Amino acid sequence: MNIKVWGCRGSLPSPGPENNKYGGNTSCVQVYDKDTCIILDAGSGIQRLGRFLSPEIKEIHILLTHLHIDHTMGLGFFLPLYNPTVEVHLWGPSSSTDPLLQRLRRYFSAPLFPVRLGDLPNHPIIHELSMTDFELGRFKIKSEYVCHPGPTLAYRIQYENSIFAYIPDHELRIGSADFPNNPEWTSGFEIANNADLLFHDGSYTIKEYPQKIGWGHSAVKDVILFAQMCKVKRLAVFHHEPTNTDQQLDEILLGNLKDQTFDFQIEMCREGNTYSF
Amino acid sequence: MPAQALELILGRQFVDSLSMPAFLVDTEGNLLFYNEPAEQIFGLRFGETGGMRVEEWSTIFTPTDKDGKLLPPEGLPLVKTLTSKEPAHGSFYIDNLNGERIFITVTAFPIIGRPDRYLGAMAMFWKSEMQ
Repeated sequence: MNIKVWGCRGSLPSPGPENNKYGGNTSCVQVYDKDTCIILDAGSGIQRLGRFLSPEIKEIHILLTHLHIDHTMGLGFFLPLYNPTVEVHLWGPSSSTDPLLQRLRRYFSAPLFPVRLGDLPNHPIIHELSMTDFELGRFKIKSEYVCHPGPTLAYRIQYENSIFAYIPDHELRIGSADFPNNPEWTSGFEIANNADLLFHDGSYTIKEYPQKIGWGHSAVKDVILFAQMCKVKRLAVFHHEPTNTDQQLDEILLGNLKDQTFDFQIEMCREGNTYSF
Repeated sequence: MPAQALELILGRQFVDSLSMPAFLVDTEGNLLFYNEPAEQIFGLRFGETGGMRVEEWSTIFTPTDKDGKLLPPEGLPLVKTLTSKEPAHGSFYIDNLNGERIFITVTAFPIIGRPDRYLGAMAMFWKSEMQ
């Protein structure tokens, strides 16, 4: 399993020299082997990914965690959607009301976007997910709803004996009883349990969080406690606030690691990072 | 033990934050959680009992009518909700573990998550004036 980060910023693309280290594109992660191409979320990072994909790839699976704009804004700029020889599958969360197709059409329509889904050379194939186990090539995938406003999924991706957990938008504390001491009552635990690599929302500092309760995101300190509870081997903190510069992100991480030792690796996720298992 | 569904996790958090007695059960009626106001009525503490299987907690309280006659389980609001997956409401007496006879009014409703996953039920109740 190979993983490449094409965007790990939260909420809003944030290009600029002060953000060169961690990058400014919103959520987009490529997971692939030689036969299968999976893309997690279609934030602004998917635009670059589309330009660098091999022309040999004829089938692409885009797994959306949810339909907030920072996770979908790049879809219309994903070049393979305009290539008639490529089949694109769009997977996303079921809601209680409108079908996924109808919700995606809201983006592919005026006034947000000039091209309609029906105008594409191949209409993407839509798959609705809830608490679902499915396979794409040699990847075994589990989707599960997690605590974030609106229907939002997290993904656990297994490739042979390696597990990658992707929970980019998630508020740990609002739904968790006696956090972090009660895994059974912690949203996302099944997704992250014993993962080799966890990407998890860490938008705020623990001081900022009380002003942002209910917005659907977590503090870095809580994410580290969650990773510890789930016994992950490596944590990459994801969904950086658009207002946080490289220097501030480094300081936040250092502040959370100060005077503590952990038996797993902790880092701030960085656009361009690659991982292989 | 596997983690609970998100809707139950949020349901527990909601119940925990209420100042009215409430409890949460799974689809089989097993008691997953009850809050502090419910502890005062039951005479039990969740921290001590934890969750309880349906056969365990259903025998702790004896629901009766005003004449002390035992009520059949199928007449109780929560049992109705678990059977029909629809809201139910009713009043009856219970004898709690402190030896008190209490008249309570119960409203139960099913928890149905996305997309149409039946996960259990929540019941809220009120200690009413004796009839």
